[in-house]
Amino acid sequence: MPSNKISVTDLNLYYGHLHALKSINLSIHPQEITAFIGPSGCGKSTILKTLNRMNDLVEGCKITGKVLLDSEDIYGNVDLNLLRKRVGMVFQKPNPFPKSVYDNVAYGPRLHGIKSKAVLDDIVEKALKDTVIWDEVKDRLRDNALGLSGGQQQRLCIARALAVQPEVLLMDEPTSALDPTSTAKIEELVTVLKADYTIVIVTHNMQQAARISDQTACFLMGEIIECNCTNQLFSDPKDRRTEDYITGRFG
Amino acid sequence: MSCRRKFIDKVMIFVPWLCVVVTVIPLISILGYLIYKGSQTLNVAFITQLPKPVGESGGGMANSIMGTGIVVGLAGIFGIPIGVLAGVYLAEFGKHTKLGWIVRFLADVLQGVPSIVIGIVAYTVVVVPMGNFSAYAGAVALAMMLIPFLTRTTEEAILTVPEDIKEAGLALGQPYWRIILGIVLRSARGPILTGIMLAIARIAGETAPLLFTALNNRFWHRGLNGPISTLTVQIYSYAIAPFNDWNAQAWSGALVLILLVTLLNILVRTVARSRYIERS
Repeated sequence: MPSNKISVTDLNLYYGHLHALKSINLSIHPQEITAFIGPSGCGKSTILKTLNRMNDLVEGCKITGKVLLDSEDIYGNVDLNLLRKRVGMVFQKPNPFPKSVYDNVAYGPRLHGIKSKAVLDDIVEKALKDTVIWDEVKDRLRDNALGLSGGQQQRLCIARALAVQPEVLLMDEPTSALDPTSTAKIEELVTVLKADYTIVIVTHNMQQAARISDQTACFLMGEIIECNCTNQLFSDPKDRRTEDYITGRFG
Repeated sequence: MSCRRKFIDKVMIFVPWLCVVVTVIPLISILGYLIYKGSQTLNVAFITQLPKPVGESGGGMANSIMGTGIVVGLAGIFGIPIGVLAGVYLAEFGKHTKLGWIVRFLADVLQGVPSIVIGIVAYTVVVVPMGNFSAYAGAVALAMMLIPFLTRTTEEAILTVPEDIKEAGLALGQPYWRIILGIVLRSARGPILTGIMLAIARIAGETAPLLFTALNNRFWHRGLNGPISTLTVQIYSYAIAPFNDWNAQAWSGALVLILLVTLLNILVRTVARSRYIERS
């Protein structure tokens, strides 16, 4: 059993009066892919956003409990920008900046203080190669990123997140807006990336969770109803509701 | 039935088309008449020489052309940063706050204030304490007209920037102010520039706020802390003068003013477009 990269203890989250997450306990292991599955509105994206405090932006959001990143409480006295540099995020809809492909990837490192053109060039090239999009964009680095296809944009967004060298990568349904080919490319990419990063992925696609993840947590109405290693959870669910969900009886 | 449908279809296309023609006719006729009248006395001397004394023919409005550039430029320097940043405040921080509501309301009211009133205000707060008419006073008056308009335009422009690119910036560990500068303002650049251009065009054509702030001057201005000539005020005084050659020169002044605003507009747009294609 590897030590935990992130451990969540007794986490409760409220949006105003809505109790959106109820007593969540969860361990996320390093160099593994953890998948969150569950029906819409069950809180899986919400928990993902608590891991790099993106929920701070939501008005009326209140959190109790502990989230430890390498045994440091991220809701304690931490530098929010440093936290988000360590815990990167990829969103559901590809959201590149309206800048050139190069500037999209270089944006993060540049603002974190890297000035040298040569170093930036290397970072950009490496990030784009890691996300297997280099060959497709190497001749259009100066073109506007919004001219890329949806799948390319999403891989660019992953490259942008990787360029600041995070330790954890949170992915919020990264393939739900993409076609099957692009989805396959991103899944393949994620399984390669897990060698260097800790990955948490929210997905509506059960097969995707089964294909790529090592650990799966199944959410329902703001609670984790089951969390187990993926093979076990899909082949032999302990909870009746998990079984109903993964066999498609609801959700 | 199908005949009737086709007829309605034709009418529905024809009516908006007719409206376009009706809208464009006054515009074209004003421009056409202006070019016709204005070009008669427009020559190199007009844009390079000072006005000649009464009774002497020839001369030009070089001092007024420069003056308009200076006063409008100063108004831009005072007004554009304040207007844009106030717009940023309204869109990013003042969405649901009381202060935001008040600023928004006041900006709307200020946009409706007659420009002569703004001239009086600038006279009271700048000319009287400083003891003389000046380019500064004129610029303050014009900036007061520019700011509320620009504030609201910038606010609207920023509200169209998708929330998800801000989130993307935050998720990279960027402080919020850098996201506003580097991403939000950048994405909203097109509409904000359009707002700036509209505002500049509008204040460049204002006469009333300048009448007792910048006043007028038949010679080159002596420093910004003194009376300065502007095209609009010069056009005004030449147009109501009882001399035919002055009246004719007023037309040329108007033509020059329109050309200047148009040129500036084209220039700024070309520069802004050349770097990247606009979003959407």
